[in-house]
Amino acid sequence: MACRFILQNLSKRHLLHSTFASRSASTLILAEHEGGSIKAQSLSAVAAASSINGDNPVSLLLAGSGSSLQQAAEKAATCHPSVSQVLVADSDKFAHPLAEPWAKLIQLVQLKGGYSHVIATSGSFGKNILPRAAALLDVSPVTDVVEINGPHQFIRPIYAGNALCTVRYTGANPCMLSVRSTSFPVPPISGDLKSGGASISEVDLSTLDEDSIGKSRFIKLSSEETDRPDLGSARVVVTGGRALKSAENFKMIEKLAEKLGAAVGATRAAVDAGFVPNELQVGQTGKIVAPELYMAFGVSGAIQHLAGMKDSKVIVAVNKDADAPIFQVADYGLVGDLFEVIPELLEKLPEKK
Amino acid sequence: MKIMVAVKRVVDYAVKIRVKPDKSGVETQNVKMSMNPFCEIALEEALKIKESGLAKEVVAVSMGPSNCVDTLRTGLAMGADRAIHVEASRDLVPLTVAKLLKKLVEIENPGLLILGKQAIDDDCNQTGQMIAGLLGWPQGTFASKVVFDKEKQVATVDREVDGGLETLCLDLPAVITTDLRLNQPRYATLPNIMKAKSKPIKKFTLEELNVEIKSDIEVVQVIEPPKRKAGVILSSVDELIDKLKNEAHVI
Repeated sequence: MACRFILQNLSKRHLLHSTFASRSASTLILAEHEGGSIKAQSLSAVAAASSINGDNPVSLLLAGSGSSLQQAAEKAATCHPSVSQVLVADSDKFAHPLAEPWAKLIQLVQLKGGYSHVIATSGSFGKNILPRAAALLDVSPVTDVVEINGPHQFIRPIYAGNALCTVRYTGANPCMLSVRSTSFPVPPISGDLKSGGASISEVDLSTLDEDSIGKSRFIKLSSEETDRPDLGSARVVVTGGRALKSAENFKMIEKLAEKLGAAVGATRAAVDAGFVPNELQVGQTGKIVAPELYMAFGVSGAIQHLAGMKDSKVIVAVNKDADAPIFQVADYGLVGDLFEVIPELLEKLPEKK
Repeated sequence: MKIMVAVKRVVDYAVKIRVKPDKSGVETQNVKMSMNPFCEIALEEALKIKESGLAKEVVAVSMGPSNCVDTLRTGLAMGADRAIHVEASRDLVPLTVAKLLKKLVEIENPGLLILGKQAIDDDCNQTGQMIAGLLGWPQGTFASKVVFDKEKQVATVDREVDGGLETLCLDLPAVITTDLRLNQPRYATLPNIMKAKSKPIKKFTLEELNVEIKSDIEVVQVIEPPKRKAGVILSSVDELIDKLKNEAHVI
């Protein structure tokens, strides 16, 4: 059953921000939560908000139903010093992150709150929902932002990241953005928040426009159980390409990943061939990663794959073909047979501490 | 049921693009252009649905200057029945494209609108979601599988999301945007290319459709991304481990 409560915890800082809200920037973050906690990627959106206008009050919008939502709200209130308000939309309509109710929710909250900026992280949630909300608010959003140059000037990759485009938003409020979490890392939050965190308040859903809600229904989510860290935020990623030849062989990649405490990634070809599920795909239309170490085995280095990993700090490539394009982006390359190199690595790599 | 598919003419996916020296954009003159790969997949899906008897007509739509017609002819050669060309001499932001599509939907009354999830030039991934919002239709984005139930008038869509594969059930009419694994687009056969020459392409101007042209995004400049420092080819696994540990300090 939904556990409804209103917790008004007005801090002095919150009151000050309410007074000045009409004069300065104010940001609404569309946040995701799971199992009672805010998803790490959502914090990147908060980091992006603070780089737009350091002082601007940041409100976090959460939607869902039940006690895990309320738990997430409490955690959200202390997740980042910039967050001054947590808005909670509690309803069965938001049991799953469907675009139709979420877009109406954003429209409702924006019309009430008059934010200058609305930000989401550029993952499948933000990509699915933000543009629909932008259309309802009649504004052009700027998606997949990698750098913020000012309140209305942003840089985003085009042509699979082979060019960077600086755009200026010249329209009315709100300026809506989705940001790449790999471009806006979240610094570790040290110490306790002096004011005791943000205020938490319920969104009044009585005027939520019902039209188009109910026309889509969540059936299920199929995901693979794994002990591996999340691909989008792992420090080390080990990726396999089609040269692995089978799902069975791909287990070598997993073994290596386990030895390194790494996440497993894959090329489009490996996913198409059925070696691994789609959520491991790295690339222009898959996941964008920027780990400290990216190791690519049997990956040719097609433009579309590079788009997803070329911002990695250190890139290692192992491929039998000395002319494979991957060697042009690799810091360290080994021309050799991955079926020999991987077992040797497994044998010789130091145990992870 | 009629299916409308929006297609875009873009620089071919295999072309190595060049940024113009004046930083105003990417060079598209004398460069191979093709139908956006995701749009091909969208059209292929529409054709498969029609061939299975669930739709009567597939209409391809494209917006832009006169060379859009080349892309529409390709679509007709693949098997679309008719095409619509909305003439526009300048770049249109996704919101304007969505508003133009809405007008066309009001004229044509399709039961399904299919688009590619993103164009490989601007990589926006916005238009499908926007038109769905403007129409108040449900959306199934990043679709890797679509199954229709004609009786219940619903589409069950598998979507590729960060966490895996999400399955949604959408009431028709709906908007679907296609992801890579939805299907393998067919090649246009020579007889079909010939047939396509006589299939109708209806032209509309922006004035005729009477839609507000949004211009709230300005391109300031386009540059190449910073190049990575050149790397080295090593000669053994021992050397690799040594470099990673003692030079790069990542293990």
